[in-house]
Amino acid sequence: MKKILQFIRSFGWPRIIIGLFLLSLFVIAPFVGLSLSASLSDTITRFGMNGIMVLAMVPMIHSGCGLNFGLPLGIIAGLLGGTLAIEFNFIGPFSFFMALLFATPFALLFGYGYGKLLNRVKGGEMIIATYVGFSSVAFMCIMWLVLPYRHPTMVWGYAGKGLRTTISTEGFYWRSLSRFLEFKIGPNFSFPTGMILFFALIAFLVWAFFHTKKGTAMTAVGSNSVFARASGIDIDKMRTLSVVMSTWLAAAGILVYQQSFGFIQLYMGPFYMALPAVSAILIGGASVNKASIANVIAGTFLFQGILTMTPSVMNSMIQTDMSEVIRIVVSNGMILYALTRKAEATR
Amino acid sequence: MAQSGAPLLEMRNISKSYFGNQVLNDVNFTLHRGEILGLVGENGAGKSTLMNILFGMDVIQQTGGFQGKMVVDGIEVHYHSSFDAIADGIGMVHQEFSLLPDFSVAENIVLNREPLFFSFASEVFGQRLNTLNRKEMDKRSKAAIDKLGFSLDAASAVGTMPVGHKQFTEIARELSKESIKILILDEPTAVLTEQEASILLKAIKGLAAEGIAVIFISHRLQEVIDVCDTVVVMRDGKIVKEEPAKGLSIKQIAHWMVGRQVDHESTHRIFDYKKSPVILSLEHLWVDMPGEVVRDVNLTVHQGEILGIGGLAGQGKLGIPNGAMGLYPAGGKVIFEGQEIELNQPKKFLDAGMAFVSEDRRGVGLLLDESLDWNISFAAMQVNGKYLKPYLWNLLQWRDEKEIKKVSNKYIDALQIKCTSSKQKAKELSGGNQQKVCCAKAFALEPRLLFVSEPTRGIDIGAKALVLQTLREYNQMSGTTIVMVSSELEELRSACDRIAIVTDGKIAGILPANAPSEEFGVLMVAGSKDEKETDA
Repeated sequence: MKKILQFIRSFGWPRIIIGLFLLSLFVIAPFVGLSLSASLSDTITRFGMNGIMVLAMVPMIHSGCGLNFGLPLGIIAGLLGGTLAIEFNFIGPFSFFMALLFATPFALLFGYGYGKLLNRVKGGEMIIATYVGFSSVAFMCIMWLVLPYRHPTMVWGYAGKGLRTTISTEGFYWRSLSRFLEFKIGPNFSFPTGMILFFALIAFLVWAFFHTKKGTAMTAVGSNSVFARASGIDIDKMRTLSVVMSTWLAAAGILVYQQSFGFIQLYMGPFYMALPAVSAILIGGASVNKASIANVIAGTFLFQGILTMTPSVMNSMIQTDMSEVIRIVVSNGMILYALTRKAEATR
Repeated sequence: MAQSGAPLLEMRNISKSYFGNQVLNDVNFTLHRGEILGLVGENGAGKSTLMNILFGMDVIQQTGGFQGKMVVDGIEVHYHSSFDAIADGIGMVHQEFSLLPDFSVAENIVLNREPLFFSFASEVFGQRLNTLNRKEMDKRSKAAIDKLGFSLDAASAVGTMPVGHKQFTEIARELSKESIKILILDEPTAVLTEQEASILLKAIKGLAAEGIAVIFISHRLQEVIDVCDTVVVMRDGKIVKEEPAKGLSIKQIAHWMVGRQVDHESTHRIFDYKKSPVILSLEHLWVDMPGEVVRDVNLTVHQGEILGIGGLAGQGKLGIPNGAMGLYPAGGKVIFEGQEIELNQPKKFLDAGMAFVSEDRRGVGLLLDESLDWNISFAAMQVNGKYLKPYLWNLLQWRDEKEIKKVSNKYIDALQIKCTSSKQKAKELSGGNQQKVCCAKAFALEPRLLFVSEPTRGIDIGAKALVLQTLREYNQMSGTTIVMVSSELEELRSACDRIAIVTDGKIAGILPANAPSEEFGVLMVAGSKDEKETDA
């Protein structure tokens, strides 16, 4: 009994309540004519798609830069990588790794500049980050049109130049990870083993980093920057490093998202990507300056689970097609809830 | 002094715990009308918690309330907030001032209880449009100040006054409340000069004669003996002694407080610094530290000695270690073991083999939200690369949690740090124990020279003695040179071999620790002495 109470305390009541709600949705699902196995499969897929972007929050939280509202910047690096891989006509699963490779220099470069900027606005990182994200999206709206992409699957058919808003990844890296070691149980349930493994690998790398000397220093910078300075640590360097890491993770995250989703979404696509990731990690129990991998996993699963299940269950219950409305209400409601929980700290 | 009749206040079986730490354990005491009760104990003994309970402070409710009963004037009371306590005639003067700096003394004293004029406008639009009755305000505040027997200008703004006057303003504010029955004074004399303190003590006696009961908390034991009727000694959350003050000695009280003999006689060792080589020299050091500006310091430190740096507040003594470490912009030369250390880069300072225990424990010294083992091991890990374990043929180095735990437990035992485990968070410890953690952090670095700044600020006698003893032992066992900065001259004299006095950002002179205190006093106020002495 004591063990259970201790577990509840460390896991946190909000997560238990949300978890119970999610569980109740799964219980209701079969009674309103939904396939439980399909629902589960959807939830797991969405978890894998979004996991790394939620993970991208962790380094900046640790270094005291707050929540990475500038996630779109990293996503843009990922988009550049993805489109370049297609432009150079790499096909099959190999194109995923080429996309990752092409995205990396952009992520490092963008992250470095973004980090330098955040070092100048200590204390107001999150609001600045939001506008870094927004303005970079707007800037790229121009660039997607003028950059000299030529590959026929990507450009507007009538002009022969300028990228389309939505580009299919089919034939390139579509399901290149998800398909790896994928297994099916019954007609509706499939488990995207490769994608989950990839998430596990990246999560392990981040976890491992925070167990090194540098990672420990980064956590100390976020916990008390004056203390870190008095221990001989270059605070600005640590913060910049954390921003670069976050940016790269965002770039990798969007590529994983696309390979499962099947499409690259350009222009306004990245605009609202930050909020679901921010909300997921907050729901997972992180605070503005404390976050763990467990927070990422729990948060992503709960957030994406509710987001998948609520619209379909509600829809089937009231017999009208309101799924889009419900989805917006639920996702924004969860974001609102999560942002009010900003100060809550665990660990 | 009237001890007859029913007690004014009774606290019965009070217990309270924070974060699973029992800080008060079955505390009972009574207070009579007109009694002055001296409450003494080490930091962390539970004095403040006990007073917070009595005053109904929010922090008690937020951390789960307390057990036991409080009876005021024969009626059991439950305070939900300080307002209830105030309404019941309890007044408290906190260690930190709660005054509005831009308001005058009179305005502060009667704040929110101002005498008012009713006017036509207020009849129509309500109470908010009443105007202040300034004459009556002045009269009331003057009456309160007169009770204290201290001359305060009621019209001057509080922000511009010296701390002593602020303290008197605070006390006057409590006195101006007509219903006041119990007055709690938390370290009221800590910021006062001796003369001001004696005026205050006289005033307290006067108040008691009028029937107000006073609870007087102080670390200055002589005052407690002089002014109080009863002395209550707390240790580890319990009341260990309750005795009439008459006939007690400081030594007795100190003994009860710490539960062991406090050594007042310091054994002076003879250390001939001239025989050992120079380990650190500061040449024309200037430091731009706000409030503690260092202008031009020349100082040599010899290997193995304990050098004290003293002086009045604001003269620049704190700037010296902070500047040498590189936490504040500095210039000049710092030469350690023959090598010039680049300034303004803490890493260079640490890499050279020096360490610094900051005077700002909570701001600079600790990761308050992290565990003790992190606090203790962090600097050594970052600077010396200790407590790391290689994996994959040295490609990867991870924190060695086992080693970290081992070293933390070692220092927790050696320095007698009171905590539940090495996983407890630093913010949950008391001041003295936090200071010990800061020392442990520096010791773990195994420095050849250690700067210690205000090691005993805000900690009690027992912990003080322990910290100083720890530093001396560390100096003797490992041969580490220690430069200790402190505003308490007596402390420097008991721990150091020689003492430099800083005045106006310069070294005014260096004296051996056993020089008579008048000579130090002369250096502190007069400033420059003969240049020759400086070189001594």
